[in-house]
Amino acid sequence: MRTAVSLARHLVCSLGVLFLLIADAAAVEHPTPQTPVRIGVTAVFLDHQTAFLDDWREYLETRLQRRVVFKQRSTYREIMEMLLEEELDFAWICGYPFVLFRQRLRLLAVPIYQGEPLYQSYLIVPETDTDTGSILGLRDKVFAYSDPDSNSGYLVPQFQLHALGEDRNNFFRRSFFTWAHQKVVEAVARGLANGGAVDGYVWDTLAKVNPELTSRTRVVMKSKKFGFPPFVARHGVDNSEFRKMKAVLTGMPNDTTGRALLQRLNLDGFGQGNEQLFDGIAELVEAIPGG
Amino acid sequence: MLSDLSLRYKVPLRISLLILIVALAVTVSLLARSYLMFKQDLFISSENMGRIVARTLTTALLHDDVWKAYEIINAPFSVDSKEAALQADTVIVLDKSERVYVSTAPRQYPMLSDPALKDDEIAILKQKLSQHDPTSRVTIEMPGLGNIYVVTPIDSDGVLLGRLVMLYSHEIYIDRFLAFVRQAAMTAVLIIVLLLPFGVYWGQRLSAPLVELSKSMGQVGSSIPQTPDSRIFKGGDEIGQLGAQFARMIEQLRDKEALEKQMVVSDRLAAIGRFTAGIAHEINNPLGGLLNATNTLQRHGAQDPLTCKTVSLLERGLLQIKATVAALLVEAKPEVHPVTHQDIEDTRTLVMPAAQKKSARLDWVNGIHQPANVPSTYVRQILINLLLNSIDAVPNHGRISCEVSTTDGVLRIATYNEGEQINNHDLEHLFEPFASGTESGRGLGLWVTYQIVNTLNGSIEVSSAEDDTQFVVTLPLQQAA
Repeated sequence: MRTAVSLARHLVCSLGVLFLLIADAAAVEHPTPQTPVRIGVTAVFLDHQTAFLDDWREYLETRLQRRVVFKQRSTYREIMEMLLEEELDFAWICGYPFVLFRQRLRLLAVPIYQGEPLYQSYLIVPETDTDTGSILGLRDKVFAYSDPDSNSGYLVPQFQLHALGEDRNNFFRRSFFTWAHQKVVEAVARGLANGGAVDGYVWDTLAKVNPELTSRTRVVMKSKKFGFPPFVARHGVDNSEFRKMKAVLTGMPNDTTGRALLQRLNLDGFGQGNEQLFDGIAELVEAIPGG
Repeated sequence: MLSDLSLRYKVPLRISLLILIVALAVTVSLLARSYLMFKQDLFISSENMGRIVARTLTTALLHDDVWKAYEIINAPFSVDSKEAALQADTVIVLDKSERVYVSTAPRQYPMLSDPALKDDEIAILKQKLSQHDPTSRVTIEMPGLGNIYVVTPIDSDGVLLGRLVMLYSHEIYIDRFLAFVRQAAMTAVLIIVLLLPFGVYWGQRLSAPLVELSKSMGQVGSSIPQTPDSRIFKGGDEIGQLGAQFARMIEQLRDKEALEKQMVVSDRLAAIGRFTAGIAHEINNPLGGLLNATNTLQRHGAQDPLTCKTVSLLERGLLQIKATVAALLVEAKPEVHPVTHQDIEDTRTLVMPAAQKKSARLDWVNGIHQPANVPSTYVRQILINLLLNSIDAVPNHGRISCEVSTTDGVLRIATYNEGEQINNHDLEHLFEPFASGTESGRGLGLWVTYQIVNTLNGSIEVSSAEDDTQFVVTLPLQQAA
């Protein structure tokens, strides 16, 4: 009996020591590394919200136990180049470049928007234009694209013109890139362009946060649904980092801070996703000669 | 109308007008200058702005990046407040073929359109621009144009890529200018409000002496005005001199008037003197005969008592006439010796009983210590006449004083009494015979005194105030032969 008690006491003590050792070992095993996690962001969402990115970075740093750096560039291409040059670990890019560089990227997560990992491309015209019913009504007009590497802001209208048998290079009198979906909305709203192609998710989100701007535009046509611009990792990213990042992103709806951030993104969450989601975009790429 | 207005109003009005004119002139010149400066400011800052924007646009145009160009030209508009900077109303970038590349007002100036087709002003502007070297900066402001156009070339390595046209509304500096006008006007009003009271005060101060002088001048002729208040005419400037001169003139007028009055009196007295002398002479001749006749009759005529009594009566009457006539004539007395201290004292003894009768006090100053060369008989007669008149004039227990002295070659006799004031009319006729016939005298005392003073080439002055009547006789001392 006595022995049993003393044994039990010994065991408790040993367990305590062991626990301390494990805790210590864990601390040694996962120190905050000097090299931060580098995440590239593009204009697939309202990327000019510096305050939001700050909060998100803080959230990710807490979850990942690592320093996080967001990198912003004015074009998709620059982010893609940085990713392929391994200057970035992760990036939130458009489905179009993902399709193009699928071999060199790993799909990390796909945002869930309105219950599914899909979105549309909107064709918009100024609110004052009540006649235009399709892209054909914009012949010889000024058209605003968002980015030449954007699916919704470039590839979709290009495909539409191609599908309609139009010369997609000379259909518009003039076209230009604004390098961001929100700026396409601005260009159309101000009458600089007679029409524009915009990410439907961005337009919908803008309609919530800046309804005055979107009210000056009219959505003429919504495309079929495509895979939502995905979070990707460069090929060489460490597996554990990849898993951790994936867990953090997909776990965002599980805590208050994460939910608040998602709400500001106007998203439901991030899902596992699969590459088949982007087959639709791949079809467009194949359909357009030289696309 | 205005020229008839009194200086009292005219001078302050003119000073006020001057203040107004100066305030307005200063304000207007300041405004004119600031108007030009505002405009120049606009030109300089807009040209600078044009240069900066044009340089920034070069890359966008080279890369054919419409959106970037749009964002560049829109950047200045992100500042909300129009007050903060002189801001263009519209910015247009024209391409090489003078079409709109991009503009801040895309609905008004759509991309690729020819702006001159829709906008007449731009058409005029383009015509104007064609006269200039396309690579030069031009600022165009024309009466016909509603805006100011600042045109800056956009070039790369000397190759013209396009032109930056900035439209400024005139209102932009007119508004600022009007704000300045309001401020300047308020300052001017403030200055005027502060200065006007001073102007009015100075004006009145300046005009007051002239107004006073004019008023006094106006009285000259009808009467002699009061000497002007010396406080108004202080200082040695022209107005002060004028005041002093005017005061002198008034004094001279007074002297002249007094002299004239005196001359009238003297003339009258001289005429009366001649007249009485004539009558006395005419009376004296037969009178001497009559007295001789009565004398003869008393000595050699009938001795009956009635005749004797009648002749004696005649003689007494004739002697009285002689005495009266003698009193009218101042005859040269044979007894002539210089007046001495004792002569004066004798006179005092003579008048003392009369003074004592009225219980009057007689203050006596006898300043003759050496014989003075003036006939003593005359002096005594003058002194007796004046003193008896004084005693007669004072009330009971009144005071009389007498002072006799010699100074600077003259004998001076001065008497004072506390009698009633002699009125002006009486003063004028004081020395005429029988002028002031009183119960006690015949009214010849002063007449005789005057005659004696005249005979001795002296002067007699009288002044009378309340309880102070004064006679002053001055007689020149005669040179010892």
